[in-house]
Amino acid sequence: MLHMQDVSKVFRTEMVETHALRNLSLEVCAGEFVAITGPSGSGKTTFLNIAGLLEELTGGKYLLDGIDVKQLGDKARSHLRNEKIGFVFQSFNLIPDLNLFDNVDVPLRYRRMTRGERKKRIESALERVGLASRMRHFPAELSGGQQQRVAIARAIAGDPTLLLADEPTGNLDSAMAREVMQLLEELNAQGTIVVIVTHDPEIAARAQRNVHIVDGVATDLERGPALIRPGKPEALQPTG
Amino acid sequence: MFTYYLDLAVRSLKRNVALTILMIVAIAFGVGASMTTLTVLHVLAQDPIPHKSDQLFNVQLDPRKMEDFKPGEEPNDQMTLLDSQNLLRAKKADRQVLMTGGNAAIEPQRADLDPFFVEARWTSADFFAMFDTPFVAGTGWTADDDDKNARVVVIARPLAEKVFGSTDVVGKELRVAGTPMRISGVIDDWRPTPHYYDLSTGAYAKAEQLFMPFTTSRELKLGRSGTMNCWAEHKDPEAVGAPCEWIQFWVELDSSAKAAAYRDYLVSYSQEQKRAGVYEREPNVRLRDVNAWLAYQKVVPPDARLQTWIALGFLLVCLINTVGLLLTKFLRRSSEIGVRRALGASKRSIFIQLVVEAGIVGLVGGLAGLGLAWLGLWAVRQQPADYAELAHLDLPMLAATFGLAVVSSLLAGLLPAWRGCQITPAIQLKSH
Repeated sequence: MLHMQDVSKVFRTEMVETHALRNLSLEVCAGEFVAITGPSGSGKTTFLNIAGLLEELTGGKYLLDGIDVKQLGDKARSHLRNEKIGFVFQSFNLIPDLNLFDNVDVPLRYRRMTRGERKKRIESALERVGLASRMRHFPAELSGGQQQRVAIARAIAGDPTLLLADEPTGNLDSAMAREVMQLLEELNAQGTIVVIVTHDPEIAARAQRNVHIVDGVATDLERGPALIRPGKPEALQPTG
Repeated sequence: MFTYYLDLAVRSLKRNVALTILMIVAIAFGVGASMTTLTVLHVLAQDPIPHKSDQLFNVQLDPRKMEDFKPGEEPNDQMTLLDSQNLLRAKKADRQVLMTGGNAAIEPQRADLDPFFVEARWTSADFFAMFDTPFVAGTGWTADDDDKNARVVVIARPLAEKVFGSTDVVGKELRVAGTPMRISGVIDDWRPTPHYYDLSTGAYAKAEQLFMPFTTSRELKLGRSGTMNCWAEHKDPEAVGAPCEWIQFWVELDSSAKAAAYRDYLVSYSQEQKRAGVYEREPNVRLRDVNAWLAYQKVVPPDARLQTWIALGFLLVCLINTVGLLLTKFLRRSSEIGVRRALGASKRSIFIQLVVEAGIVGLVGGLAGLGLAWLGLWAVRQQPADYAELAHLDLPMLAATFGLAVVSSLLAGLLPAWRGCQITPAIQLKSH
């Protein structure tokens, strides 16, 4: 599904050249739950942005579902992003003056679906995150955990094959964090690939596979025998 | 998708009402001021007879004495009666007409209507065909009527309706200055703007209510109006041969070859007059078509052009202000734009969304600007200038107002929308 080969990313200004990623190679297959870990400034978010087609790579090759993204123009990249990828951000990034229904509607609008199809998907997505009864509420009326659940509903409404989450529990207390993680695990269990960037060891421990990035260089910990995680811990029950 | 963009635009504009009103007011004032001055200029500078303005020529000759001669000097604006009658008789053009303004006392044969004066024109038979006067009944008079000083008139619709209550008056009798006149035709409301065929009675004067053969008016010794310029003493300035210019003389020539030939004729006529001792100066002739004549006479006041440039400058300032406000508004929404980009919006989608929002500001600003232009033109109409009452928004200017408003706001929206769609989503999503 996600195939990166020697991917590099260099940010250039007049004075400085920063190598955010160096020869990163990674393969993520269907059904996987991968955690990307590493210290701040190591290149985790840059990796996620490139994986999510939000930034262009400087070198190397990136195939998403067999499509070489380097060859694509803005329109095709946007279309591919809309069809294949769902995003969950640390700050939720809901649009404040749209209610939950309209927030979840945003990615579907760019897919030119009929009104009926959109409505069905929005209601189903909000149902899955347990917020169907509040679809006319605005983000400011919800708790942080509920807002992140709406963001997940928005990410999955288009039925993407890949869900990219950037510190999705970073702004949540532990109870809400568990709730969100359980939701992501459920989605993964239903077949969605989940790639999550985190520096929380507890969250990383719940992934099937860990990739550690330091100074833009990735190490796939699954292949380092001493560091292979034994498996997923039991899913925690959601609170409230 | 367009309705979605419209919906988003309305939500966005409602989000900050004060800013939205500020942008709309900026556009409205710019458009209102520009359209007021442009409309006035449009009225003042329009071609009064566009389909044949290049075929109608004002004639100028120079019969003045050598005293005060200055090389390169322009000839008189008007003609002497002698020259006018000579050129009329020569019939060297497709059509030719001599004329002057006048006043006529109308004596209605009705107990309920007192005698009154109307603006009149003493002219010759070709006048109606040359200047395309719109007849609602009958026709003009003939050259034979001119020769016989016929008691015949053409009147305008308002006069016909005032005196007879109808325009069906051809053949009826109208008493003018005590003389019964046969009505040969009635012309519709007609106001060539500017009043190009005789600027001496006012560049934006109303069209006359009554037209009579020039010869008849002279025989009846009816009063005339307009300017008169004499370069020597004479006991009767209106007499044939008097050294006074007071007649407008126009010819119709339907090709440039004919115009060149007519100019040659005017030169040879002037030479002939000089040989006969009537003229003292070398031939000095001009043959200007309608627009050249209006430009030469500087009919459009320089102030009107200056005001238009100032108003367009004001519009530019308003637009720059709107560009700044839209830019601020769109860039403040960077995080929303970043989210939309991440969720599948292409740069083009974002660009269209923002341009639609700018377009709505322009449309509402344009409507408000239309109201302000209407108010501005009302203020112009309260001025004492003779063109003031003509300052109305016509259909083309109405369309131009809308066009100006929408194009202005789209232009004002293009840069902010382009900057908006260039926002890098990755940065916005992390810094949200």
